[in-house]
Amino acid sequence: MPPDPILQIRQVSKTFPSHKAVDQVSMTLERGELHALLGPSGCGKTTCLRMVAGFETPDSGEILLNGVDIAPLKPYQRNVSTVFQSYALFPHLTVFDNVAFGLRQRGEKAVRDKVMASLEMVQLAAKADRRPAQMSGGEKQRAALARSLVLAPDLLLLDEPLSALDPNLRQQVRHELKALQRRVGITFLMVTHDQEEALSLADRITLLNQGRVEQVGTPQEIYLAPANRFTANFLGEMNWLDDVGVRPESTRLSHQAPEPGVRVHPGQVTQSTFLGDCYHIQAEIGGGRQLMARVPRSQNGYHPGDRVHVWWQAADELHLPQ
Amino acid sequence: MRLLSIYAVLAYAFLHLPLLVLTVFSFNHSRFTQWEGLSLRWYTQAFADPALREATLNSLLIGGAATALATALGTLCAYALWKKKSPLFAGALYLSLMTPEIVTGVALLAFYQWLFHLLDLQLGMFTVILAHVSFCLAYVVIVVIARLRTMDATLEEAALDLGANELQAFYKVTLPQLLPAIISAALLAFTISFDDFVITSLVAGVDSETLPMVMYATARRGVSPVLNAVSTVIVLGLGGLILLSERLQTK
Repeated sequence: MPPDPILQIRQVSKTFPSHKAVDQVSMTLERGELHALLGPSGCGKTTCLRMVAGFETPDSGEILLNGVDIAPLKPYQRNVSTVFQSYALFPHLTVFDNVAFGLRQRGEKAVRDKVMASLEMVQLAAKADRRPAQMSGGEKQRAALARSLVLAPDLLLLDEPLSALDPNLRQQVRHELKALQRRVGITFLMVTHDQEEALSLADRITLLNQGRVEQVGTPQEIYLAPANRFTANFLGEMNWLDDVGVRPESTRLSHQAPEPGVRVHPGQVTQSTFLGDCYHIQAEIGGGRQLMARVPRSQNGYHPGDRVHVWWQAADELHLPQ
Repeated sequence: MRLLSIYAVLAYAFLHLPLLVLTVFSFNHSRFTQWEGLSLRWYTQAFADPALREATLNSLLIGGAATALATALGTLCAYALWKKKSPLFAGALYLSLMTPEIVTGVALLAFYQWLFHLLDLQLGMFTVILAHVSFCLAYVVIVVIARLRTMDATLEEAALDLGANELQAFYKVTLPQLLPAIISAALLAFTISFDDFVITSLVAGVDSETLPMVMYATARRGVSPVLNAVSTVIVLGLGGLILLSERLQTK
């Protein structure tokens, strides 16, 4: 598929009186992808999103939507829509009127049909006459999605879309959100601090740290081939021995010495934590260095005090200088 | 628990017993505080008194105009203070709540007199209305800004996001959220305006005597049961407004 960028952020910076939020950020969104802007709190990801939406103006740089610089435009002059973290449904309006708001604002015809079609898409048609206060968190989120999608935006922005939901609901909504994105074919840019959410949902991830881009890539690329230590540490857990890193799930334990050809360190188990589907075993390998290993429940036979061999395949090593 | 109930009854009696006595004696046939029998003569007399009628009309007119102006200005002022957080401007506004009424009155009088040197005007209805706007403003701002602070600030952004410009976002989304607060601010402003004596008496002209001014003048000539009747009507009227505002807010 040839590259067909819908959004290009070029060398964008934004400084607030108290701090520099975004520092020379460049990123590209391909048409139709679900892109996650991932990073710890305060990394500038929300400021990036707000600049694309038009709630903040960049100090420098360009934001090209379909090749046109939208940075100087007001929020209501760009065909971009936002699903807010709080959903921001208008409390004085019914769900129907919330979804109709943008269409009426544009003076469109056949508002009723479009609104009902949009509500049906998110399975809320039966609750069109409800007020936001009478709905559950998941329903509010779907109403907010319908309100934005009914406008057929070039780009849909989602600010931490799952953070306000019950943890039990999150998993399910994750799948629904991805299925919805595939169905409507609209490019989604989602801000999240949750690495698992980004890995499971996104086609590609841009990882931000202290206002700068650390790495861009597919979830597999970012997780398996992190470009630097920040990326490696932010996505999942890492064991570090100087410049060599290995993930706990690639780290093995055995009572007997493993076959030759692998990296091996003799050590002693210091801690064993039950995590449901697996055990998290910590072993000391001398010099006070601790390594973590993730051991499937069925294979666990390690207890604090046990002498063990800690080993891994050379291919699982990441070589990243500090 | 029983002690607490007794305490509550006593506290309310302390607050409202005088009003109760006033109401009871407004229906007393005798002009003295000795019960002689039920009568509406003081009410008849009050409603027939041309001075009281004119003063009531003035009070309603001044209260209405000052409330409309102070509510409109105060709502916009609260909105501005909410958008551009400025401790200096907010503090300057609340200063007007701290200023003793007599000081505000004297200051307004001095200000008007200075102004009248420049313009050919004199004290009258409009000076009273302006004075009332100035002391009602801070109350309106406090009530409205309290509502703004509990409102989700992203509501307005959502409106912009959906294609509304700043003005449309304000009146289609923000204003409906503020409406209960604005109504209750207006009722508060009207009550404060209707009630004011000190400032009004300083800045009023001959054509703009308000009900409290006329009542005060009457009281100084000697206690009159007519005042009891008028007071009872005022209490019932303003009480009704407060009930109405509660009703509107819980809707």
